[in-house]
Amino acid sequence: MGNMNEIFDTSRKTLQDIEQRLEMPRREFLQFCATLAVTMGLPAGAEAAVAKAIEAAKRPSVIWLHFQECTGCSESLLRAEHPTLEKLILDVISLDYHETLMAAAGHQAEAARKDAMKANKGKYVLVVEGAIPTKDKGIYCKIGGQTAIDLVKECAADAAAVIAIGSCASWGGMPSTGPNPTGASSVAEVLGKPVVTIPGCPPNPYNFLATVVHFLTFGKLPEVDKLGRPKFAYSRLIHENCERRAHFDAGRFAMEFGDAGHRQGFCLYKLGCKGPETYNNCSTLGFGDAGENNWPVGCGHPCIGCSEKSVGFEKPIHQVARVLNVAPPQQYPRIVEEQGKAASFASAAAVAAVAGAAAGAAIMLTRNLGLSHAAEEAERAKDAGGAGKPSADKAQV
Amino acid sequence: MANNQHAAPAPIGGSLVNVVTLSCGVLIALLVAILAVRFLFGLGAVTGLNDGYPWGIWIVVDVVIGSAFACGGFSVAMLVYIFNKGEYHPLVRPALLASLFGYTLAGAGVIFDLGRWWNVWNMFWPGSINLNSVMFEVAVCISLYIVVMWIEFSPTFLEQMGKHDTKKKLNKAMFFIIALGTVLPMMHQSSLGTLLVVMGVQIHPLWQTPMLPLLYLLTAITMGYAVVLFESCLASSAYRRRIEMNMLTPMAKVMLGFLVVYLVVRIGDVLVRGALPKAFVPSVEALMFWLEMACFIAPLILIGAETNRRNPARLFLAGVLLMLGGALLRLNGFLIGYETNIDGAGGFTYFPTLAETLVTAGMFAIEVLGYIIITRRFPVLPREDVQAAH
Repeated sequence: MGNMNEIFDTSRKTLQDIEQRLEMPRREFLQFCATLAVTMGLPAGAEAAVAKAIEAAKRPSVIWLHFQECTGCSESLLRAEHPTLEKLILDVISLDYHETLMAAAGHQAEAARKDAMKANKGKYVLVVEGAIPTKDKGIYCKIGGQTAIDLVKECAADAAAVIAIGSCASWGGMPSTGPNPTGASSVAEVLGKPVVTIPGCPPNPYNFLATVVHFLTFGKLPEVDKLGRPKFAYSRLIHENCERRAHFDAGRFAMEFGDAGHRQGFCLYKLGCKGPETYNNCSTLGFGDAGENNWPVGCGHPCIGCSEKSVGFEKPIHQVARVLNVAPPQQYPRIVEEQGKAASFASAAAVAAVAGAAAGAAIMLTRNLGLSHAAEEAERAKDAGGAGKPSADKAQV
Repeated sequence: MANNQHAAPAPIGGSLVNVVTLSCGVLIALLVAILAVRFLFGLGAVTGLNDGYPWGIWIVVDVVIGSAFACGGFSVAMLVYIFNKGEYHPLVRPALLASLFGYTLAGAGVIFDLGRWWNVWNMFWPGSINLNSVMFEVAVCISLYIVVMWIEFSPTFLEQMGKHDTKKKLNKAMFFIIALGTVLPMMHQSSLGTLLVVMGVQIHPLWQTPMLPLLYLLTAITMGYAVVLFESCLASSAYRRRIEMNMLTPMAKVMLGFLVVYLVVRIGDVLVRGALPKAFVPSVEALMFWLEMACFIAPLILIGAETNRRNPARLFLAGVLLMLGGALLRLNGFLIGYETNIDGAGGFTYFPTLAETLVTAGMFAIEVLGYIIITRRFPVLPREDVQAAH
């Protein structure tokens, strides 16, 4: 784990270099590292390790394949509001093959992929965006004459890590919804082994970035659940940390768009919000660096469960969600906010009685102690030097 | 050890059934009944708590003030073992006994006030703890201190049960336990003040200061000695024993020393922060401030002179006033000077309900009853006949 002092050592050369390399103020860079560390749920101090890993500029080679998709995942990474995020992404990783972003075309592009695979054999990261059609031997998606199935298998064979970005690559996504004419499948299904998945339509760029940076910092991919999703991002239901959760618990719901409840920001559960059955960190991370509330529920639209298999694109948007882990309370708490009551006769009397009894006892005891002391003094004066006997008139308390 | 030249402690003996113990029994029965309702139907069923006042007298009196009252053991142990004043040794056991009950009940009192009390185990569960929380620091210190205090006090039980070998073994490690027993209360008594610091503008300027941790620690020590004065006078009176004036008189001087330091810090702080004008605005807060200050200053007049410190009546009264002063400092900070109308959206009101008051009375009844039972049946107070020849 990184030393916290190192992060404040401004004279560090690599830290000065990064200002030039990323054209990004050092402060902003460190904020970014802290954001990533927090996103991954790493302990305090990890941002230093993250910063050092990024500064070291190992820049793993990344091959990015596109299949049945809309390129929304790539777009969300590039169109993030943070002004230098895209610069950072392209600096942290060496994006050797990305059909949308690369300048090369045709055979030149395919050659670049082959070269990168050869040069970084066993070390490159394969990112797959989009579902893979498997019906009719995969003829529905071909690049350079190769089917998507062949491509993904070829590229995955020598990859250090495979990351499926977006719901399509993670579990089939929108192309796989019924009747699924192309037999769209996930990367894991095609490769026959689990891969890291970053589902979402599109997923939060920070979840992808955090996964890559985790790989950079610690040399391994983050801990994942049984569906291959990084636990730092997908271990909690959206519902659990939702900013409107208190309204759910209190039974305050928007019943239709634009009604009084909707305008007051009440819970969207009854409008079909899938937060209660979707595992994601949307409610805590926000989207696109634009600040608070910048996510579907924050804008007043129910979550459609885009990242959750058999929820997103399958359940009707306004069908009420199955609440996975917390049933709505049978007895809703009252909406009125209790302001408290002033002293009642009984309560004031109780306090007065206790205070009175204590004061009375203290006065009596003081008086008795004083009397016995006076008696003792008198006795001592009478036979000087003699030890006084304990007086008998002390109160029984 | 230092207690060799003193009379060995011995049980007082006598009947356990009398007016005091029976009254305590009734109060405790009421406490059990009210708590049953509280744990079954929630805090709202018995308390006057609301969103503006998340804590009432169960926390402020039973825990914050109760644990400060229970600083007698810590204050005397500090005097005997840290400052090596062996002459006060006979005071340690009775003081420790009162502290033991005070703290154990304060720990239990926290649970009464927890809305979701069944989650309390998370406090000690490594995966759940929040190391950045003041509340966590207080909770861990208090629970550790309760355990430490039971160990510190256990020789009393071991003696009575005749397990002298165990006691001998325990004595070898006792220095460590005693050291812990001095550090832990210092940590959490000051942290109780920190609890208010983090509440910022919600606390009236007369009680909101970065010095709160120091003020709370100094008053806890002062109150510790005051409680020993109170407890010694009360026990001597009730059990018809000689008052240990030979120890109480010099100890009162130590107490006044701490009191003077406190008053310098307290008054200096109010002056430096420029909060003094607030004390002259006609308000409940100002009245309570002056009442609190009077309780702290009066003992200087009452027992400032050496001859007056030989008078048990004055010692007792000074002890009671200092306990009251420390209690008011806490009550004023936590409830009276606690502003709920920050945004002007309408303030909240809190007054303890009958049930709350009865539970607090019941808590003190448990302490009194426990003290009576243990001093009558276990060796806590010094043997009287030996002391008469002292």
